[in-house]
This record gives sequence, structure tokens and C-alpha cells, in this order.
Amino acid sequence: MKKEKISSVNVRSFNTTANTIFNIVIALFAISCVIPFIFVIIISLTSENSLASNGYSFFPKEISTSAYTYLFSGTMSTKILRALGVTVFVTVFGTIVNATLTSLYAYVISRSNFPYKKFFTVFALITMLFTPGMVANYLVMTNLLHLKDTIWALILPSALGPFNILVMRTFFIKTIPDSIIESAKIDGATELKIFRSIVLPLAVPGIATISLFAALGYWNDWFNALLYVQNDNLVPLQYLLIKIQNNLEYLSSNSGMSAQLEGGLAALPSESARMAIVVISTLPIVLTYPFFQKYFVGGLTIGGVKE
Amino acid sequence: MTKANINKKKKKGFLYNIKEYRALILMALPGAIWFIFFFYIPVFANVVAFKDFHISPDGFIQSLKESAWVGFDNFKFLFASNDAWLITRNTLAYNIVFLAMNLLFAITFAIIMSELRNKKAVKVYHTMSLLPYFLSWVVISYFVYAFLSPDKGILNQWITGNGGTAINWYADPKWWPLIFVVMNVWKSLGYNSIIYYASVMGIDPTYYEAAMVDGANKWQQIKNITIPQILPMMSVLLILNIGGIFRADFGMFYNVPRNSGALYEVTAVLDTYIYNGLTATSDIGMTAAAGLYQSAVGACLLLLANLIVRKLDPDSSLF
Repeated sequence: MKKEKISSVNVRSFNTTANTIFNIVIALFAISCVIPFIFVIIISLTSENSLASNGYSFFPKEISTSAYTYLFSGTMSTKILRALGVTVFVTVFGTIVNATLTSLYAYVISRSNFPYKKFFTVFALITMLFTPGMVANYLVMTNLLHLKDTIWALILPSALGPFNILVMRTFFIKTIPDSIIESAKIDGATELKIFRSIVLPLAVPGIATISLFAALGYWNDWFNALLYVQNDNLVPLQYLLIKIQNNLEYLSSNSGMSAQLEGGLAALPSESARMAIVVISTLPIVLTYPFFQKYFVGGLTIGGVKE
Repeated sequence: MTKANINKKKKKGFLYNIKEYRALILMALPGAIWFIFFFYIPVFANVVAFKDFHISPDGFIQSLKESAWVGFDNFKFLFASNDAWLITRNTLAYNIVFLAMNLLFAITFAIIMSELRNKKAVKVYHTMSLLPYFLSWVVISYFVYAFLSPDKGILNQWITGNGGTAINWYADPKWWPLIFVVMNVWKSLGYNSIIYYASVMGIDPTYYEAAMVDGANKWQQIKNITIPQILPMMSVLLILNIGGIFRADFGMFYNVPRNSGALYEVTAVLDTYIYNGLTATSDIGMTAAAGLYQSAVGACLLLLANLIVRKLDPDSSLF
């Protein structure tokens, strides 16, 4: 019998036909994940006339940047710039708060000789089993903490999370050996000094990972705004998109009032401008995404490892 | 540390520990306070489900005190309404289908990716397919609209271009279960497959070499090596997901159908029902009852699923 040669290349690989077929299938799916975004960019760059006569198209007849000039210099510009400002502020400040709370808490429960380690761990992990629910959260936020229509309503609800704590704790346990802390203690360093000058510098990659999770969460957040924000000055980009859409629905479902419809639609951004807001509120993620994806996947696999 | 040392440490009391570890306790305090205000107090605030709750101007505590206990009346009203059955059915049916589809597609996707020859292409596919996970449902609802818009959408243009009649997607309930399933798989496939992909790639290649020496074909290798090896991962993720089976993805059900009233029977799930109850009606008690029903059943399902997995395979359970 002829011996078949097996090399490591043959392990885990399809034969040529299967390889081609599956490559096409997967590539089609991968393209479907990117196409809608490109489509929205194209729509935002299509002139209103072309949209009105031909509808949305991948190959528009007439290209125009008027949607963007309208957003950044027209009547809409103050609204857009303010929403952009709110989104950026909430993302930056919220991420700092989240990273600080998370790393402090995770560090404490990563210390093997801390006698209340178990208590604090369980205290945080219970929150993964049960959710208080929207109503209870809403009542506490508005009636007990009185955070409705404040910037804190957009920051505090997402300021900590058990998943990030788990990721960070695993990171501390893996990268910071007990002996370093012990020896620093013998040298007379206080806990705070140990944390600041030994633990933090070693934990930078971990902190970067959880900051990424937090920043993405804040940038994409619309839910807290939907529940807690009525003040027009506090509307973030994602919520602005919801508001525009809801106003449209409202106007078209009450189309009997045609006079109002005309007036109402005039106050709303045009089709291409709406898509331009979608582009603006997505672009930072899409542009930075290839750089952070690696860290994200790393953090995810750390978090997925159980004790 | 020697045994004597450990014993000595154990004898030290609570007060000693507090003093000795005060710095660490202080460091955990901000987080602990956050958990108190954003988890523990809200959990107890669920008592409003058992009250005829009215907001008093003197603050939350006073409102709680002034509202009368009504026992399980809020739950009775909730379950007596037609909505309770509809939203429970929708939530469960969607989530079970999502769970099955996500598992099937994520594992298939991960296994295919692991067997593709060109690893550079695999990286590109991964990067592209993970993108939708990072976008919010608000943004995706606009993507969907670009395809489904009744007058301008690309899908209706295609239908009418081929001689068909345009479909008013946002008013026709029969398409939405399919749209939700497709959107759910589309958005999360890249993300769901990462962990499976990592664990498939972690399988010892000698298993495959041995199987190939014995003449196993690709399908036999996948069936007898890959799938059994990722089974523990599957069960852990399944438990986690079963815990959420009563929690609908509010973002998708609220944003993608654009609040269309005509679609209510296929888009109403527990979360949208609770949101509407909270914002549109003043019956906070009944809405809270719906919320508590959701949380309690969800927690029970999670514990139950974990118990079953622990019985079957102790190593794979979550806790």
C-alpha cells in the first residue's frame, strides 16, 4: 500500500474544491457586513434630486456634498455640533471613570491575601445573575438619585460592569506576581503607592482593553439618553438619530394634518443629511476599528476563561 | 507561608482586618458603592411590583411608604391581559430561535474558518464580519431602512424592477420574524464565532494527524474531534445565554421596526412592553411586575441550566 504523506499543512485544511467554495461563502458574508455602511455613505453623498427621482442607489446619478455642508454650516449645525460634543465628552469622561473604578475594584479582588476578597468578588458577580429591571433602575435614577436630565445620567449607569471587572482581575492575577507586592511591602511601600507605581504601569495593556470596551459602550449608548434625557442640550448623536426617526414616524402617521407635515418636514434634515448623521456617528468606530479589534478579541478571550 | 503563620492569621479578628486592610477596602469602596446604587437598591426597589405605586413629591422613600401594599394584584392584572401571553410568547420564541441559529452559525463559521487554507484571508474575513457588532442598533436601523424603505429602498426597487409589486415592509407583520432572525445572526455572528474559533484553533493538531493516518475524512474529523472538543465551551455559553432567554434585545426590537404600530403583534417583547409601560402609562406597579417577572424567571432559568450542566459534566458548569 502506498503511504500517504501527512504534513502539518494538511491538518486543518479543506481540499481545493471545498476550500474555494467555502472561501466564496464566507467572503460573501464578510462583504455583507461592510456593504451597508458603504451604502449609507453613498446615500449621504447623493443629491436630494437624485434621491427623489431614483430612490437609494449604489450608483447615484448625481453626487453632492450638500448634506455635509448643511450639517456643519446650516441650521442644523448647532444641534449636530452639540450632540457631537455631548457624545465625545461622555465617551472620554465616562471611560476614565469606568477604567478607574474597574481597575481599583478588580485589583482588590485579585489580591490573594486579602481576607474579604471572596466577599467583594461575590458582591460584584451576583450582579451578573439577576437584573434589577428597567423600571426599578428608572425609579432609583429619577426619584432617589435625581439624575434625570443631567450629564451623570449618561455616565453613571455604565460606569462599572462585572464583565470588565472579571477581565481586569484575570489580567492582574496573570501579570502581577504576589512576590512583587510582598517585596514592595517589605520595603515599606503603602498599598496606594504599590498600586500607583508598581501595579498600574504593569497593567497598562489590560486597562487599554477595558477602556476600549467602555469607550465603545459610551459612544454607542442611546438607551440612557432615551430614558433619562429630555433636555435638548444633552442629546448625544445616537439619540439624535432616534429622535429624528421618531419625529418622522409621528409626522407620517398623522398625515391628515398636511399643513403641519410640510412645516414639520422642513424642520427635519433631508434624507441625505440623515444618512450623513449616521455616517458621522459611526465613522470614528469604523476608522479606529482595525486598530482596536486585536485588543478587543484578546480581552474577550480572557474574560471568557472561567476560574 | 508556614502552617503556624496561617493559624496565627486566622485568629486575628474582624476589627484587626479592617484596620490592616483599610487601604484595599477603601480602594474597592467606590465600586462597591456603585453596585449598591445601581444594583442592590434597584433590586429592592422592585417591591413596587407589590404596591399601588404613586410618586410623591417628598422623594422616593416617602413614595414607597405612602403607596399601599396590594400583594400580587399587579401580577394578576398583568397576566389577565392579552399582552402578557403575547409578549412572553414573542420573547421566548425569538430568543430560542436566536439561540439555536447563533449556535449553529457561529460553530459552522468558526469550523469553516479554521479549515480555510489562506490564513491571511481568514484574518480579513474576521475583521469584516466583526464590524456590525461594534455598531449600535440605532445605526443599523438606518442601514435596514436603506434596504427596506417602502418608496426608496433598494429591495422594493428590485422587486418592482422585476415586475413585482412593492411591499410596505414597515406595515406588513409577516416578514418581521425573518428580518429579526437575519439581523440578529448578521450582527452577532462575527462576535459569537470568536470564542469558538479560538477554541477550535486550540485543539491539539496531533488528534487530527492520528485521524488522518486512520483515513478519516474531513467530515469525520469535524464530527469526532472538533465538535466533542468544543462541547464544554458550547455548554458554558449556552448557560449564559439561557439566563438571558427572557431578556429581549431592546435595541433591535425598538429601533429596527421604527416603532411601527402595525407590527405590534410580532415586535412586542417583554422589554419593549416594559419600556412602553414606563413611558406611556402611569401604571408603574404593573410595569414593575412585568420587570420582576422577567428578572426572576431569567435568574431561575440560569440557575436551572447551570444545575443541569453540572449534573451532566461538572467541569463545564459556570459555578
